[in-house]
Amino acid sequence: MADQAMFSDLAMEYMPALYTAALRMTRNPADAEDLVQETYLKAYRAFASFELGTNLKAWLYRILTNTYINTYRAKKRRPEIADVEDVEDLYLYRRLSGDQPPGLGRSAEDEALDRFTDTDVKAAIESLPDTFRIAVLLADVEGFSYKEIAEITDVPIGTVMSRIHRGRKALQKALVQRGSTRGLVGASDEAR
Amino acid sequence: MGDQETPPNPAIPSDGPLPAGFLNCDETIERLYFYLDGELTEARRVEITRHLDMCGPCVGAFGFEAELRKVIANRCKDHVPDSLVARVAEALQQEYSHHDG
Repeated sequence: MADQAMFSDLAMEYMPALYTAALRMTRNPADAEDLVQETYLKAYRAFASFELGTNLKAWLYRILTNTYINTYRAKKRRPEIADVEDVEDLYLYRRLSGDQPPGLGRSAEDEALDRFTDTDVKAAIESLPDTFRIAVLLADVEGFSYKEIAEITDVPIGTVMSRIHRGRKALQKALVQRGSTRGLVGASDEAR
Repeated sequence: MGDQETPPNPAIPSDGPLPAGFLNCDETIERLYFYLDGELTEARRVEITRHLDMCGPCVGAFGFEAELRKVIANRCKDHVPDSLVARVAEALQQEYSHHDG
């Protein structure tokens, strides 16, 4: 059993990661701050049930994610869909490389990627539907394993893989859309 | 990497005959995310590595997706407001003394 007095010492270091996730989820700083505070309070109250030695970060993310879904997310009647039928594998890569042959050393595509700003990436993530946004955040921003994400979001691992896969496609599509309005991605691809 | 004289290896055709245990490009790209996510068994990883050793285009694609992952993580950092740290610490303190006192 975990001692509540230890809670602050162990849990406070995760606040930057939790705050970032909260911002991407709620999309605004005031709600993100409330969500983080609520997460810490709930975690503190439930800390006796936390098994020491298991993954505290994943446990905190589970509370954060559930709190977000139950409190902040608008109630949805229909399951969310990510419209990615038209997004093939390597969608962004192919659009950034255009017609150039594969280069040597640092590639033109990698350099094109560098021109996407913090704002571009955050806006692209925030444009995704909730379930896909959460899956991409947990996998690509936080680096959780499929198994950890299944435990955090309480869905089977197959569902996790499908959400991550579709979420990444949707994210690449959003980056291409943003990039083409900023001239980072060839506009001709969009017209095809 | 540095300056190289040799051109990258060509793609391994998906329709031609392949030695046993070799994946073609389509099969390799299908497993790209599982590979980058570290979710493949050792035997599966070896299959991918063997393909990548021979295939320039797939190396380019894997390199790009790995770089994209880094860019997404690095571009998504936000500074926690000091006021939030203080607020949470205070809320926890209140909880603590409430239960203790």
